[in-house]
Amino acid sequence: MRIGKKIAMLVLALFVFSIAAGCGGGGGATPTGDKAGDAINVGINVELSGGVASYGTNARDGAILAIEQINKAGGVLGKQLKPIERDCKSIADEAMSISAALVGEKIVAQIGPLTSGDVAGSTPVMMENKVPLIAPAATAANVTVDDKTGKTRDYIFRVCFIDPFQGTLMAQFASNDLNAKKAVIYCDNSSDYGKGLAQYFEKTFTANGGTILAQEGFVKDDRDFRAALTKIKGLNPDFIYVPGYYQEVAPLIKQARELGITAPIGGCDGWDSPDMVSVAGNDALNNTFFTNHYSSQDKDPQVVEFVGAFKAKYNKEPDAFAALGYDSVQIMVQGLKDAGEANPVKLTEALAKIKDFNGITGKMSIDDQHNPVKAGVILEFKDGQQVMKTRIQP
Amino acid sequence: MQKVNNKWIKLGVEVLILAALFTLVQYLITAGLLKQYYQISLASMCINVILAVSLSLINGFTGQLSLGHAGFMAVGAYIAAIMTNMLDLPFITGIVAACLGAGLAGFIIGVPTLRLKGDYLAIATLAFGEIIRVTLQNIDYVNGPAGIMGISKLSTWSWLFGGAIITIVVIVNLVNSSYGRAIISIREDEIASELMGINTTKYKVLAFVVGAGFAGLAGALYAHYFYIIKPETFNFLKSFDILVMVVLGGLGSTTGAIIAALFITALTAALQSFPAIRMVLYALILIIVMIYRPQGLMGNKELSMKIFGRIWGGRN
Repeated sequence: MRIGKKIAMLVLALFVFSIAAGCGGGGGATPTGDKAGDAINVGINVELSGGVASYGTNARDGAILAIEQINKAGGVLGKQLKPIERDCKSIADEAMSISAALVGEKIVAQIGPLTSGDVAGSTPVMMENKVPLIAPAATAANVTVDDKTGKTRDYIFRVCFIDPFQGTLMAQFASNDLNAKKAVIYCDNSSDYGKGLAQYFEKTFTANGGTILAQEGFVKDDRDFRAALTKIKGLNPDFIYVPGYYQEVAPLIKQARELGITAPIGGCDGWDSPDMVSVAGNDALNNTFFTNHYSSQDKDPQVVEFVGAFKAKYNKEPDAFAALGYDSVQIMVQGLKDAGEANPVKLTEALAKIKDFNGITGKMSIDDQHNPVKAGVILEFKDGQQVMKTRIQP
Repeated sequence: MQKVNNKWIKLGVEVLILAALFTLVQYLITAGLLKQYYQISLASMCINVILAVSLSLINGFTGQLSLGHAGFMAVGAYIAAIMTNMLDLPFITGIVAACLGAGLAGFIIGVPTLRLKGDYLAIATLAFGEIIRVTLQNIDYVNGPAGIMGISKLSTWSWLFGGAIITIVVIVNLVNSSYGRAIISIREDEIASELMGINTTKYKVLAFVVGAGFAGLAGALYAHYFYIIKPETFNFLKSFDILVMVVLGGLGSTTGAIIAALFITALTAALQSFPAIRMVLYALILIIVMIYRPQGLMGNKELSMKIFGRIWGGRN
């Protein structure tokens, strides 16, 4: 009995010590960086598990592809880029902890996280250590601008357009291309993403002479939408706007079509997932449209080349998050070249001045709020395939 | 006489050890020797210790399976953040209000639900946690789903360490008091303890309110360390994380809860370097521990000076 206890205590103690040792390795190892002169460390802090793992994984794949291509072409400033990849589990405090660990490894910039909330978790660490953060897909306005003071956050950048723009874009498309006059909004009420898009859609749509017949809401993890959909069917709208994430939108569209709603349905980049087709089915998705950052069918030679390289490496179609991850690395490389040295503060200054950078997701210039000024695309689902409909310049 | 002396000496030694630990870390932080990464891990450890110890009072000692602990944490976090960030009140007011608010929430949920037993109570508390989260998502004053961003970093090492110590001292003393014996008797056999004249509902609610209050404290400290709070942070997975700590440590062992909280926080941090297989390793380690220690790391035993004495072959 007593010996058993001793052994248990010993094992426990060993366990704790080995963990502590692991900690030391994780936090303080690899003192490379610009002093060592052989590599530039790039932090990749994305959601590889948790709620939005699919976004994080794709953005990571895009970023890694960009880094490999750059290294193959000789690197930047005569040095190779060294990616340090971490999983923030879709939790803000984890994102903060990882940023602190990455900063300890002398990264020149951090790519990610994907969602606005996780970027917010990282923000204080990046600001305090004066290391730039490039967010591939954080679309909330207050990511780069402090709500209270209205000041731009010096070290936070993004390569995606912000939420309001997507709502505006879809409203333009609905009024001009689909000639819709009566629309219903059915939005994800549990995310400010859904609410924000709905608000700007309404603003532009009514300004274009349309009317919003009703606004309904669903929340995360809802699975049955029939009650609200039956009501919407009775209103007979010629357009339904459903800003939300694919987990809810896919069953929603399926049920809408089952109830006999044939009106075109519009959405946003949260729709962009292979799960849309597998859950909703090809037929239900016909006559649905969504705004996105880019289309893999774009005939632009740069996009074609990127899609080819991505498919060759990962054997899957690159989605917008992959493209945005790729662009995040590319814009950082542009910044490094402009800065002339691998120094986080110099890089930050260079990033703020970037003009007409040619990315996969369009030509962009960073404005004084650290948002890119760029175009967006409208995609249509046709028999389960995403087909690029049009590109709308702001 | 001898016994009394021993007691005071023990207390003195404990206070000295804690004071030394506190001063050491405080010195390392002010001297800039402790990297930010380790500071964040230490903060997480303190917050998780508070959460695990407070939940162990409800789950471990009272034997009531509660799955809504993150909900109480959310109440505390939001109350404290509103107090300091929006109303510009001092941090201490926020902390006190957070504890009282979460305690009140514990009372409101405890009175009707604690008449339920086992699985039913678990479901009721799980639902309660979700109600809090969804309610917060729909309050525009706290920015709904986006949450409150830009909360000042007021949780210093003194607050975090102090909070953890106060939680442990209060709960250990509660458990060792006559109230504690009544609480434990409910866990052992509710009907028998009722027959002995113990007002089981009263004691269950008491344990629930105290546990919830300290979860509120953890929430307040969390909000003022991690810059942003949003309803999604306090979903039922967070409750499960805390529950895992309590079960891993051993139901009915405060030291077990503390060790498990430290262990899991350190484990999570250590596995950061293996992003791809991180969650697999984490789960695997938990499974291995549960196979070899089904009663938890500590069972229902406490780790005290006595056990150290025994291990080193000394006598108390």
